[in-house]
Amino acid sequence: MTLIDLANPSKFLTLTARVLPWLAGATAILLLIGLYQAAMAPDDYQQGATVKIMFVHVPNAWLAMFVWGVMSMAALGTLVWRHPLADVAAKAAAPIGAAFTFLALVTGSLWGRPMWGTYWEWDARLTSVLILFLMYLGLMALWRAVEDPSRAARAAAVLTLVGALNLPIIKFSVDWWNTLHQPASVLRMGGPSLDKAFLIPLLVMAVGFSLLFVTLHIAAMRNEILRRRVRSLQMMQASQQAA
Amino acid sequence: MSLGPYASYIVTSYSLVAAIVLILIVWIAIDYRHQKERLRELEASGVTRRSGRQATDI
Repeated sequence: MTLIDLANPSKFLTLTARVLPWLAGATAILLLIGLYQAAMAPDDYQQGATVKIMFVHVPNAWLAMFVWGVMSMAALGTLVWRHPLADVAAKAAAPIGAAFTFLALVTGSLWGRPMWGTYWEWDARLTSVLILFLMYLGLMALWRAVEDPSRAARAAAVLTLVGALNLPIIKFSVDWWNTLHQPASVLRMGGPSLDKAFLIPLLVMAVGFSLLFVTLHIAAMRNEILRRRVRSLQMMQASQQAA
Repeated sequence: MSLGPYASYIVTSYSLVAAIVLILIVWIAIDYRHQKERLRELEASGVTRRSGRQATDI
């Protein structure tokens, strides 16, 4: 099977049936290793054991942005190439991205209360991530509100690309403004500033969560293709009954 | 492994992540079964795909 074959929804479904069990297995193994390493990681000299929240907060925060990036690529596929799988990919990714963003916000809050003394602060990083979460919800509402799938796809693609402007704002908010949130400590010029004892479990968890996203996304895309097949068969049934 | 004075924040964080991930997995699995069931019902009512293949074929 070549890459171009995946453009065909039926061939994509065949591939999903083959790869999903392997992806699910690899995800489970990586997350278990990551959780073990997170449990065994030493306490931070300032944060104490609270540093363990970072091992789930940071991967979710990265994925919150990464998923919107994936949706933006899919939006280009919808608007420029009108690819049938592009809207399927974007629509299937949105609830998963919303869940990661929600988890980033809540675990960040749970870390902030003991470390900053507050669950929430209206600073640039926290506010821009909250806006990202609201945009995910808005996008999901838009897909549900517009009945014609092709019109919904185009409207959602435009909104997704407009929303992508928020991604650099989130990334650089800690540099552009004076925020309570600490600056980047992994993806930064000069390399990571984290000690290996924290960096390795964090990277294993990040790869594990990324594989989790790929697994859930492919499974959700399979469901969306089947949902569209149901819709087209229902329309055929209605036209047969009307004739 | 001691989680110190803020153990409740750490345990709540991990529990919440596990709960949301589990909800996502269950939701996707239920949705898959639901779509397959709807396709089976449509096929049983005599509607066929233009390609002639079964609606539930993957």
